[in-house]
Amino acid sequence: MTTETIPTVEHLDRGPLDQDELAAVVAADIPAGAFVNLGIGQPTKVADHLRPEQGVTLHTENGMLGMGPKAVGDEVDPDLTNAGKVPVTELPGAAYFHHADSFAMMRGGHLDVCVLGAYQVSDHGDLANWHTGAPGAIPAVGGAMDLAIGARQVFVMMSLFTKTGEPKLVRECTYPLTGRGCVCRIYSNEAVIDVGPDGAHMRQTWGTSAADLAERLGL
Amino acid sequence: MSAAVVCESVDEAVAGIEDGSTVLVGGFGLAGMPFDLIDGLIRQGAKDLTVVSNNAGNGEVGLAALLKAGRVRKVVCSFPRQVDSYVFDELYRTGDVELEVVPQGNLAERMRAAGAGIGPFYCPTAVGTPLAEGKETRTFDGREYLLEHPISADYAFISAYRSDTVGNLVYRKTARNFGPVMATAATTTIVQVQEIAPVGSLDPESVVTPSIYVDRIVPVEARHYTVQGAQ
Repeated sequence: MTTETIPTVEHLDRGPLDQDELAAVVAADIPAGAFVNLGIGQPTKVADHLRPEQGVTLHTENGMLGMGPKAVGDEVDPDLTNAGKVPVTELPGAAYFHHADSFAMMRGGHLDVCVLGAYQVSDHGDLANWHTGAPGAIPAVGGAMDLAIGARQVFVMMSLFTKTGEPKLVRECTYPLTGRGCVCRIYSNEAVIDVGPDGAHMRQTWGTSAADLAERLGL
Repeated sequence: MSAAVVCESVDEAVAGIEDGSTVLVGGFGLAGMPFDLIDGLIRQGAKDLTVVSNNAGNGEVGLAALLKAGRVRKVVCSFPRQVDSYVFDELYRTGDVELEVVPQGNLAERMRAAGAGIGPFYCPTAVGTPLAEGKETRTFDGREYLLEHPISADYAFISAYRSDTVGNLVYRKTARNFGPVMATAATTTIVQVQEIAPVGSLDPESVVTPSIYVDRIVPVEARHYTVQGAQ
């Protein structure tokens, strides 16, 4: 752990964040007016916690800006899905475009933030989120590698430990990389942690002290 | 290339496709998937195909049906593994189909380059990852890039919403996805549409794929499948 001048805020009077509280913490950190891509799975929940006054525009890599909430009932249209192939809706001001344009806006640095899930993140911001490397696993990368190097800021939402208790924030990723030095911040139920060239720095913790968590993580 | 031909049947639209062809197949999951052209290709019988598409089939329709029929030698795609991609999964595990995984942005841009007459190009996606293996790396202004090659094909299969009789295309919502890029990157672009309008009735300002890229058009009934999607 590097020493930073920014002190860690420890919330010791409560337990870890639940999934909705975590999504709300991520949503609150998204700058007003940002263009944002939310990855498949846990990051999708962030959309439920964005406030209208933030003026955030959601991008989906299958060719849309101004994506609205999940479609229900009669709103379901097979021609309108998000990147997870879930039927969604469009908001006023939406725009459609083809795949090369969609990834050009991503890789061209026009997307402010993307929020991704991960298997592992290194303390210097390497990301592993596309392949476990297990024998027989079918590799599937989708847009993860393009998002990782394209968005100006890459946030990761993940648990800090595997089901068997192994840290997922590590010195060096052992899973195949998605991108090098691309993640700037990890959001987990126990802590928000900045990562990057200067190493990991805990911004906030919930239900645990920074020192205890650092010890459990082996950092 | 001469003007687009309006075909009377799907079988006419897919006639003449040779064994060993490379076929670009539009769609993202099932949105924009050219189901009727694929069914026609299964009837037509071409085999030993290389298919370039974002996914590797859902359920047993569309691309999954073509795979199940044993016509595909190789799949080039970004995201084969989905909850309902069991047809591909089985063929991959038994070694009956070859897989090349390409990051989604590279898949689109490599086809765009082919269609635009651009040669190999440098791109930062996948630097430092297993997908960089064997690729030339160069550093420009302190940032590393990989050399990526264009993807061209013999045929493109696309599903569009409307066309006119000369082949201008309009798409609908996120079913647009790879269609406009694939249309440019194939020697012969074959399009199924839900509606063919008289020439002059499409607003020229809203045409997405201009007719120059389109070779054959065939009208089909809309199909509405739901998809289980990625996990």
